[in-house]
Amino acid sequence: MKSYLKILKNKIDESLNYNKLKIALLSDQSTQFISKVIHGLGIERLLDISVWEAPINQIEQQVFNPKSDFNNKLFETVIVFESTHSLLDKFSLSNKKSDFADIQFERIKVYTNHIIQNSNSKLILFNFYELNDKVYGNFSAKVNISFIFQLRKLNFLISEFLANNHNISILDISTIQNEIGSDNLMDISMYLNYGFILSLDSLPFISKNIIDIILTYNSVFNKCLILDLDNTLWGGIIGDDGIDKIQLGELGIGKAFNNFQLWIKKLKERGVILCICSKNNEEVAKNVFINHPDMKLRLEDISVFVANWESKVDNIKNIQKVLNIGFDSMVFLDDNPYERDSVKENIPDITVPDLPKDPANYLSFLYKENLFETLSVSELDKKRTNLYQTEYERVKSKSSFTDLSEYMINLKMVSKVERLSSFNIPRVSQLSHRSNQFNLRTVRYSEKELTEIMNSENQMGLVFDLSDKFGSHGIISYVIIKKVSKSEFFVENWAMSCRVLERGMEQFILNYISEFSIQKGFTLITAEYIPTKKNIIVKDLYKKLGFLATGNKYQLKLNNKLNLETKIKIKDE
Amino acid sequence: MNRTEIFDKVQEVFREVLEDEELIIKEEYNASDIDEWDSLTHILLVVETEKKLGVKFLSSEIANWKDIGAMISAIQTKI
Repeated sequence: MKSYLKILKNKIDESLNYNKLKIALLSDQSTQFISKVIHGLGIERLLDISVWEAPINQIEQQVFNPKSDFNNKLFETVIVFESTHSLLDKFSLSNKKSDFADIQFERIKVYTNHIIQNSNSKLILFNFYELNDKVYGNFSAKVNISFIFQLRKLNFLISEFLANNHNISILDISTIQNEIGSDNLMDISMYLNYGFILSLDSLPFISKNIIDIILTYNSVFNKCLILDLDNTLWGGIIGDDGIDKIQLGELGIGKAFNNFQLWIKKLKERGVILCICSKNNEEVAKNVFINHPDMKLRLEDISVFVANWESKVDNIKNIQKVLNIGFDSMVFLDDNPYERDSVKENIPDITVPDLPKDPANYLSFLYKENLFETLSVSELDKKRTNLYQTEYERVKSKSSFTDLSEYMINLKMVSKVERLSSFNIPRVSQLSHRSNQFNLRTVRYSEKELTEIMNSENQMGLVFDLSDKFGSHGIISYVIIKKVSKSEFFVENWAMSCRVLERGMEQFILNYISEFSIQKGFTLITAEYIPTKKNIIVKDLYKKLGFLATGNKYQLKLNNKLNLETKIKIKDE
Repeated sequence: MNRTEIFDKVQEVFREVLEDEELIIKEEYNASDIDEWDSLTHILLVVETEKKLGVKFLSSEIANWKDIGAMISAIQTKI
C-alpha cells in the first residue's frame, strides 16, 4: 500500500476523465487527514472526490437539524465514523451497562434511517474497531456488563440490521484492524493532541476500502477471476511432474493450495466467474480437474477454460470476448511475475495483484486486497457459471447452422414481460448497475428509486426476461418510461444484458412497447442516447430501430403497432 | 548521531513534507517563519520525523516546541 504522504501528493491530471463525486464525512473525530487521503486515493482510480467535512462531533446535530449545512447540500455518499474511543467514554458513564449495545444501536439506527429517508445518498457506516479495557480480564469476553461484550454485540446488531439494506454499507474497520493490527490502526498521541484516533499510516487502508465501496455504487467492481494453474492453483508443474506429483491436499504446502482453492470456490458460489488461462496442454490440465482426488475446483466451476501455448495476453482477450464484460471487471492471478507484467502492460484496465512469492501467503495477501467488493447477492449470481457454460453450448450449436435465422427459430426463444414489482426490483437494480455497454442513458437505479417509479403515476418500468431451449437467461432488460404529455412519453433509460445481444431482443422490446403505447393512446416516443466510455455499441440503436435523429435525441411517431423482425415470442402466462 | 546529522535529516523531512526540494531551515525557525507550516503540516512533520529518525515523541512533547532547535534537542535525548 502506498504511503499516505505519497497519496496526499496525487494531483488531478487535466488530460484524464474523472468521475466527479460529492461526499460528506461526519465523525466524532477530526477528519482533515482522512478526507485528504480519500481525495488523493480517489484520483488514482479516476474519481474526483470532493469531501465536505461536518464540524467535529456533530453527527446527530447535523443530521436532525433541517437547517444544518449537511441538510442543505447534496451528496452522492455520506460517510459516518464513530470511534470506539468515544463509545468507550459513553460506556464508562453509562449506568445501564448491560443494555448499552441495544441503546446505542437504537441511537445509530435512528440517525442512519433519517439520512437514508431524507436524501438520495448512499451511506457508508463504520462499524467499531475492537478495544478491550480488560476490567474483567478474559472474563470480559463473556460477561454482558463489560465493554468488549457490548461492543461486539453492537457490531453484530449493526451487521444484522444492515443485512438487507442496500443503501447502507458497512466500512468494516474491525476487519481492517485485524489485518493491520491495533498498534498500526491507532495513534493515541495524535488522539490526545489533535482529536483523531486513526494513525496516518492506517488511512490508506481505510480509504481504499471506502473507495472500493464507492466504486461499487458506480458499478465498477470485479466480476471475473482468471487463474493460472501451475504454482498458482497447485504446487509444481503438471506437464513435468505429472498428476500424482503435484502438491495439493492435506500435507505441507499442498494444504495452502487446498485452502486457496476452497476460497476461490466460495467466490464462484457467490457469482464470481472463474476462468483458467494457463500455458499447458489442455487435456493434461483438464485431467487434473477431473481426476485429482484433492482438487476442490472441478471443471463445472470454470466458465471458460483456456490451456494452450499462446500468449496469455491473447488468451485473456479471447476470454473477454466470450464473457462480454469489461477488462476493468477482471482479476488475473498468476505466480509468474513475467506473465503478470506482460498482461498488465498490454491490458491496463485488468487488475493483476502481485502475488507473494510464498503460496502460504496467497490468502492473507488477497484478503487485504479486497478484490471482490459487492453491494448485494442475488440468486442469479449463483447460477452465473451455468449461464456462461450454456452460452458455450449456444456458441457451439450456432456453428452448426449456416443460416442465422434458422438458428434463431431453432432456439425457441420466449420472453416474459412484467411491470416493475417488488419481486423483480432487486434484479432490475442490479442490472441497472451492471450493464455498461447496452445502456442508453446509463441511469443507475437503486431499489428505492425503482420502488418510487413502481408507485408513480407518470413513470413506469417494463421488465423483460428471456429463455430458450437451453435454459433461462433470467431478467435481461428493462425500460423505464416517463409520461411527458397525453400523447408522448420519454424513454428515461433502457438497458440490456450483453449476453443476449443479436437475438432480436431489441426488436421484440420495441414491438412490445409500440403495442403497449397504442393501447394507452400514445403517438410519440422520444428517447436519448448519452455516450459514455462503454456504451458505444448502442450509439445507433434508435436509428436502426427506425427513430428519427436530432443529435443524440430521437423520436418515433406511432400510427400502428410495429412489427420489427424478431424470432422471439411473448410468453403467455 | 550528532546534532548536525539530526538537523540534516530533519531538513530532509521538511523538504519532503512541504514539497520544496531547496528549502533551508534554521534551528530558530518556527511555524511563523515557513508559510506552508500550518497545524496540519505540523502533524505530518512530527510523524515523518519520528519515522525518519526512528524515535517516538512523548504525547506531551508534540505541541510544545518553541522552534526547530527544541525539536532537535528532544530527538537528541532519544537517540
